[in-house]
Amino acid sequence: MSILVDKHTKVITQGITGATGLFHTKGALDYGTQMVGGVTPGKGGTTVDITLENGENVSLPVFNTVIEAKEKTGATASVIYVPPAFAADSIMEAVDAELDLVICITEGIPVLDMVKVSRYMEGKKTVLIGPNCPGVITPGECKIGIMPGYIHKPGYVGVVSRSGTLTYEAVHQLSTRGIGQSSAVGIGGDPVKGSEFIDILKMFNEDPNTRAVIMIGEIGGTAEEEAAEWIQANMTKPVVGFIGGATAPPGKRMGHAGAIISGGKGTAAEKIAKLESCGIKVAPTPSEMGSTLVEVLEERGLLSECTTH
Amino acid sequence: MNIHEYQGKQVLKEYGVAVPEGKVAFTVEEAVAAAESLGSPVCVVKAQIHAGGRGKAGGVKVAKSIEEVRTYAQELLGKVLVTHQTGPEGKEIKRLLIEQGCDIQKEYYIGVVIDRATGRVVMMASEEGGTEIEEVAEKTPEKIFREAIDPAVGLQPFQARKLAYAINIPTKLVNKAAQFMMSLYTAFVDKDCSIAEINPLVVTGDGQVMALDAKLNFDSNALFRHPEILELRDLAEENEKEIEASKFDLSYIALDGNIGCMVNGAGLAMATMDIIKYYGGEPANFLDVGGGATTEKVTEAFKIILSDENVKGIFINIFGGIMRCDVIANGVVEAAKQVGLSRPLVVRLEGTNVDLGKQILAESGLNIVAADSMADGAQKIVALV
Repeated sequence: MSILVDKHTKVITQGITGATGLFHTKGALDYGTQMVGGVTPGKGGTTVDITLENGENVSLPVFNTVIEAKEKTGATASVIYVPPAFAADSIMEAVDAELDLVICITEGIPVLDMVKVSRYMEGKKTVLIGPNCPGVITPGECKIGIMPGYIHKPGYVGVVSRSGTLTYEAVHQLSTRGIGQSSAVGIGGDPVKGSEFIDILKMFNEDPNTRAVIMIGEIGGTAEEEAAEWIQANMTKPVVGFIGGATAPPGKRMGHAGAIISGGKGTAAEKIAKLESCGIKVAPTPSEMGSTLVEVLEERGLLSECTTH
Repeated sequence: MNIHEYQGKQVLKEYGVAVPEGKVAFTVEEAVAAAESLGSPVCVVKAQIHAGGRGKAGGVKVAKSIEEVRTYAQELLGKVLVTHQTGPEGKEIKRLLIEQGCDIQKEYYIGVVIDRATGRVVMMASEEGGTEIEEVAEKTPEKIFREAIDPAVGLQPFQARKLAYAINIPTKLVNKAAQFMMSLYTAFVDKDCSIAEINPLVVTGDGQVMALDAKLNFDSNALFRHPEILELRDLAEENEKEIEASKFDLSYIALDGNIGCMVNGAGLAMATMDIIKYYGGEPANFLDVGGGATTEKVTEAFKIILSDENVKGIFINIFGGIMRCDVIANGVVEAAKQVGLSRPLVVRLEGTNVDLGKQILAESGLNIVAADSMADGAQKIVALV
């Protein structure tokens, strides 16, 4: 078990004929993901031919619209590598086609475009991950996004994060300690996005194969505080946290559009205090995300069942 | 992106938002000419810098004659203004806004922001004009009223009226205030603002409702569709190294410490600053070279870090995912050779092809200290500077 994606998930790439879309579609195929086609308006009826690392040749059909791609391939998920100016439109097209899951990797989408997207998605069935995120991976089964697949190992710890590279860092620290992951989800660094921490934590809480979770937050907004309260009230599994940006100056956008302390709000200190007051152990440095989780697993007697390799 | 108050008022004026008559002046003579052309018995001379708190810091003067305008312009132009937002080094005043004085009856606050939790644009209003909204939020949160705006239909007149009544705008001016808010919202959305703050909004003795101050910030992600806003960028207000970095698509922010950082990924870059501080050091910068760091980018990043005289050592922290460690290592070696490496350099590489990357660094003949983890690297660079 896992959350969001598994070996049965059929995926299409929106923006498959672009350099980025093509590169990461190949990466997903190499990992074993069931990539079944792609969408590029104007290129419908053509194919994209990819030679995998193992020498196998794969030919994927390209469609003009998402709805057509869904009907012809049976895809239930899409991943978006469309440039920022057009990405909001791509998300809404995938939502309109009633895909179960849309993962938007694109960085730099105008915030007011995402405000429209979030309004458009109200009452719709689709789950959106991102934008400005690394994607979602269920180790050994399905990789959708730009993360390096090989650092992940199948297992029982869920990872959810606003940062791509910090997700890799956490996963690497777990894998080198023999602790595999159920799924790792990058929710993205933008201020207005699809799924928030709580949405993903709920899924991990309900997933029988997830025994514990690492939640990686950063400065800006109050999503970590809200998640902390939710965890305290609802989560049956241990959660370990880390918050980036303790040294970030106020008013400056730290790379991610959402990573900004504004009006004295959204500081790392506030978030860490809130997490701790809700009983969540917070790693003191990014180097100690893995070891902090191990400590908690030991305390709860979960370490041996979470040690997978 | 930030712009000056006078530019913000020009943008708002295009949308029918009422602002006082005013002109920008770069010299004392221009200031005097502006005051003369306004023909107002009272003029306000306002320092134009990209920071709030100008009034309290002495950057806003009320002049009752042309001679006073001259005196104040002479006093302010070239002066370094230190406000609570500029930091102790302050900002030099290079532009003034000369504005018609007005008969203020009462001051209010109007702000437009994007609320992350709801994913909506929210208009905020308060009767406590002239005070910083953060202070109002802390002391008297019940005095701040909010309306979340549905992007499908925009701000509705009833919402604007609700806000106007809530903050006790005089009844006969409520419709004017509502119109003001409608125009402000249109400007916000049309120009892709990230913040629009009118503090204070004033009602005047002659029954006007106008923006006495205007702070507009724009969403950097949306500037590609607003060349007219990009033209308003004032490079003199920005950090030189940050401007240089932006040319190479590097995300760089200058800080006060002495350890230069080069990292891939924004989250890891922030966390690297944190871990340096944790082990007793002070980061000199935030720098994200991005996922697709090339030799050229790494070289430029090196140059920018080394151009900071405070930097006594550099910590490179790379988690190679899609970007392979050998490529990064080659970039680092090439860059170090090009710019000459005279300060301690600690490199932590992890991820794809890490062994090859480490080998390249070891065989380069350069004085590079290798680190096994972020913590190890941070401790080593802190010890070296």
